[in-house]
Amino acid sequence: MKRFFRRKTSKQIAKDRLKILLISDRANCSPDMMDMIKTDIVKVISKYMKIDASHMEIQISKTGTKGKLGSKTPTLYANIPILDINQ
Amino acid sequence: MCEVIVVTSGKGGVGKTTTSANVGTGLARMGKKVCLIDTDIGLRNLDVVMGLENRIVYNLVDVVEGHCRVKQALIKDKRNPTLYLLPSAQTRDKSAVTPEQMIKMITHLREQFDYIILDCPAGIEQGFQNAIAAADRAIVVTTPEVSAIRDADRIIGLLEAKEMSKIELVINRLRYDLVKRGDMMSQGDVVDILAIPLLGIVPDDENIVIATNQGEPLVGSSAPAGIAFENIVNRLTGKEVPFMDFSRGVSFWMKLTGIFHKI
Repeated sequence: MKRFFRRKTSKQIAKDRLKILLISDRANCSPDMMDMIKTDIVKVISKYMKIDASHMEIQISKTGTKGKLGSKTPTLYANIPILDINQ
Repeated sequence: MCEVIVVTSGKGGVGKTTTSANVGTGLARMGKKVCLIDTDIGLRNLDVVMGLENRIVYNLVDVVEGHCRVKQALIKDKRNPTLYLLPSAQTRDKSAVTPEQMIKMITHLREQFDYIILDCPAGIEQGFQNAIAAADRAIVVTTPEVSAIRDADRIIGLLEAKEMSKIELVINRLRYDLVKRGDMMSQGDVVDILAIPLLGIVPDDENIVIATNQGEPLVGSSAPAGIAFENIVNRLTGKEVPFMDFSRGVSFWMKLTGIFHKI
C-alpha cells in the first residue's frame, strides 16, 4: 500500500537528479552560475518587454545544431514567456 | 578494411572488459580476424576474462618499446583460431605509452586484422587518451545508475570533442524487474539522457559471473547476456537486429506501455 502513496519512484528521482547534474557538467559551470546567467538574461530582456521570470527555463543541451566541423556543439536554450510585448 | 573499436565508459566496473571480450569473441566466431588489445597498463584484466593469463610472454609495453615484434606478443585464443589478444603490462603505468605510439602500432596491426577491439581503462587521463587515439569507432558502456551515466556523458563529450565518427551505447546490467517497479531507469530513459544511438542492452545475468570465473566469454550461449552480446556483434557488423524483448512474462499493460515507449 505504501507504494501507492509514494509520489515519485526512485527511477524518477534518479532521472531528475541526472538532468540537473548534466546541465552543469556539460556547461562546465555550477548551478549557481546558471542562476546568475538567468538573472542577467532577465535583466536585459526586461528592458524591452515584460516577461514572466518565474516561468522561465534555461538549459544547456548537447543535442544542438551541428558545428562547423560536424561535431555537436552545446547550445543554450532559453524559454522565456512574454507577458507584454509592447511595453 | 579494418575497423578499430574502442570500448570505454569513464566509470570503472560497468563492464568494459566483459564487453570487449564478448564482442571480440563474437566477431571471431563469425570468422572475422580479430585482435583484442588491453590498454589498461598496470591493471590488466582482459587476459583473465579470456582465460589466457598463463600464456603471456610479451606485452603491449614490450611491443611499443621495441623489445619484441607485435607478432611475438599476440596470444592466440584457445577456442577461436582467428582471435588474438595483445595483453597489457602489469608492472608499468599508463605513462609508459603515448597516443602517438599507439597510433603507430595500430596502423601496423590494421593490415592483419578485420577488427581491432581496444579495452580502455577507467578514467579520462592518459590511459583513455591512448586508447581512443587510434580508434575509428567507440562503444560507450554504462549501467542504468546515476554515477555511471554521468561519467558516460562526460566520456561522450570528450569523444565528440575528438571528432570520433561513430559513438554508440551499450547499457549493461539492466534489471527488468527493477525497471518494472520504477526503481531503475529503463533503456529509453538512458538513451533519452545520453542522446547517442543504442547498440545493445545486456540484462543483469549471473551467467556472466560464472563465465568470468571460468575465463570463457559468454557470447553465443543461450544465456540472456550471451544472446544480448551476440545481438551487439551482429549490429556492429551492420545487421539489423531487433532489441531484446525483456517483457516476457510481464503483464499486458507493461507490454502495451513498452510499445508506446518504442514509438
